[in-house]
Amino acid sequence: MFGTHYRIERKSVILAVAIMIVASIGGLIEIAPLFTIDDTVETDPDMRVYTPLELAGRNIYIREGCYACHSQMIRTLQDEVERYGPYSLAVESKYDHPMLWGSKRTGPDLARIGGKYSDQWHTAHLTNPRDVVPQSIMPRYGWLGRAQLHTAHLGDDLRAMRAVGVPYTDAMIANAAADAVAQASPDDDTAGLVERYGEETQVRTFDGDRRTVSEMDALVAYLQILGKLSKAAEQPAKAVAAAATAPAAAEGGQARP
Amino acid sequence: MSERQRGLIVLAVLAFIGLAMAVAGAGRGDPLQAHGYIVLLFSIGIGCVLLKGYFAPEPPATRLDSYYDDPSKVGIVLAMGWAVFGMFVGDWVAWLLAFPDLTFDAAWSSFGRLRPAHTTGVIFGFGGNALIATSFHVMQRTARARMPDQFSPWFVLIGYNLFCLLAVSGYFLGITQSKEYAEPEWYADIWLVIVWVTYLLLYLRTLARRKEPHIYVANWYYLAFILVVAILHVVNNLAVPASFAGAKSYSAFAGVQDAMTQWWYGHNAVAFFLTAGFLGMLYYYLPKRAERPIYSYRMSIIGFWGITFFYMWAGSHHLHYTALPQWVQTLGMTFSVMLIVPSWIAAANALLTLNGAWHKVRDDATLRFMMMAAIFYGLSTFEGSFMAIRSVNSLSHYTDWTIGHVHAGAMGWVALITFGSIYALVPWLWKRERMYSPALVEVHFWLALAGTLVYVFAMWNSGIIQGLMWRTYSDSGTLTYSFLDSMVAMHPYYVARAVGGLLFLIGAVVGCYNIWMTIRRPSGAEATADTPLPATMQPAE
Repeated sequence: MFGTHYRIERKSVILAVAIMIVASIGGLIEIAPLFTIDDTVETDPDMRVYTPLELAGRNIYIREGCYACHSQMIRTLQDEVERYGPYSLAVESKYDHPMLWGSKRTGPDLARIGGKYSDQWHTAHLTNPRDVVPQSIMPRYGWLGRAQLHTAHLGDDLRAMRAVGVPYTDAMIANAAADAVAQASPDDDTAGLVERYGEETQVRTFDGDRRTVSEMDALVAYLQILGKLSKAAEQPAKAVAAAATAPAAAEGGQARP
Repeated sequence: MSERQRGLIVLAVLAFIGLAMAVAGAGRGDPLQAHGYIVLLFSIGIGCVLLKGYFAPEPPATRLDSYYDDPSKVGIVLAMGWAVFGMFVGDWVAWLLAFPDLTFDAAWSSFGRLRPAHTTGVIFGFGGNALIATSFHVMQRTARARMPDQFSPWFVLIGYNLFCLLAVSGYFLGITQSKEYAEPEWYADIWLVIVWVTYLLLYLRTLARRKEPHIYVANWYYLAFILVVAILHVVNNLAVPASFAGAKSYSAFAGVQDAMTQWWYGHNAVAFFLTAGFLGMLYYYLPKRAERPIYSYRMSIIGFWGITFFYMWAGSHHLHYTALPQWVQTLGMTFSVMLIVPSWIAAANALLTLNGAWHKVRDDATLRFMMMAAIFYGLSTFEGSFMAIRSVNSLSHYTDWTIGHVHAGAMGWVALITFGSIYALVPWLWKRERMYSPALVEVHFWLALAGTLVYVFAMWNSGIIQGLMWRTYSDSGTLTYSFLDSMVAMHPYYVARAVGGLLFLIGAVVGCYNIWMTIRRPSGAEATADTPLPATMQPAE
């Protein structure tokens, strides 16, 4: 073995090729099957897609680095399920390009934050977190309410999402900019938006300001949809592949006296 | 075509691309516009430096008889600059977690935008420049050959710093794809691929000119660092831009596949950027400084191939108890535990090399930096394997323990081996007898060690307390603590962490001063035999 190496280390190209081969094996075995094994992601025929406003909000969430402090992945541990709700399923982030599972909880998990607080609370909290939670260490995001949302090119965003596998229709792409405005303007004609994205689409003046569609509108719309695109987690019978991770949930209860 | 002409052409093309980006971005009101101007100004700035010496006579051919170290010198200065910037931002965000309003009411200065500026600044700015600078030095010495040309090393070094600049300025402007440690957008990623391929070719071309039959172990590690980072970077950054006139792109992968790909990248950025490359440094500068040969050739081989093979499986330990299929989690855990073997072999090989030179470790702070780095390498690889065990991870994940672990590695291992190597290298490169002030090296050592220990102990405490508070149940079977309770309990540790980071930052500033004064001091050392072997000479086997 060492004799062979003694010869290999005299040839730079052989050494380089050997490094590439040895280093590729792990990734190939762990990642490639995730695309081919059907059980990896549960099926949910009723899964909704992000509306243009929610997608714009998601991009603001990414831009501001919210994922650095907030996870969106409830693990199969009892305390997490009791604190945040049913554990996250793979299907729930299947339209998340990129995923935002996060790696750190400086703040709480947000996978199921949608609908837990009012729009007003979110707006006040984002403007100055310490107005509503005195001990909070979250940054202020007051400027989001002052920044008008750029909607003109949202069709490009939807088209790129479709290119990577999210089922946006031509009508959704063509109407993206108008739909983004409509979702934050309940007084306007929202029939087209609801027709395209479903009855459960949340149409509200998210930041309370009816005059303009701000970045605050988009971010609050996104936060309010978190955990609501799929109902798979609430219907465990439907979630076939979830059975694979279920034993871990019992194991996680060890801290309970 | 002369190398000067080649440089001008490349800069002209780059300036044109910058202008095109600026125009395209302006048309959409996209932040790509600002990046276009940065590329344009950057190329013009470098072009001015090039033009200043453009018409000077070509240097004499005798220069080809010596090693080409100018890019290494510039790389070291850049690395120290990025170190101070990255650590300053890091300490700032550390204070923000204790006192959240210690910032401006402006988007660029909020925690979420500053934090990647810290990670990119220290990992890619400080670490990357140090790796490039030292690899140029090491590959020439161990090959006993000069680099094949002068253009490529400058292209790699300057091009790489343009990438870092685009990355960090992008976060302030709100340009990020959110992939941890791979935040820069698609155009910066493409640029890095071009730079990186040039780097690989430069390395292989220099090795091809070598006068030594064998390739020294430090080069195996540098090669693995360059090759595997290229693979990781390309796969993890596959994305579709929303528009070629805009910065935003959408990852090719979603959900669980994206999570696995990102942590395959993320953990192996630790393995091949922050470990393999720096092991290359360790394997050259530690034996050189200690004036002892590497303890064991066989341990070098086992350590190297073990690290190269095992690490690539370990990424999924970042996703225990998540929606990632359990078989992948289990594989990740298994290989992470096995990883302790090659890691400790590498650390032991370094420490055993010091046998017979421990009196030097006592007297020489530069060597002590390297020794302490090897110890922290051993400690943090043990901790990493431990935290990858599923049941341990259920407590440690999402908490500050992870942050403590990362910083034990980043401060204790990566930064200490870098500082040690730079303190050894600066007098050699600038032909000085020694550093300007050995006493200041000593001061830096103790500041860095104290800072690391304060930081790591604070985060161990806060992480474990956090993890326990989240899972504590009362007698009535309900969760005892709200999330807010756990957050309030972190405050004293966050202050302690920020103090530890400050000590570390002050140490880096002291180091900058010492290096600057060493460079400014007139050369006192006589010419040494630090030259490549002439082409006609045959090496001894």
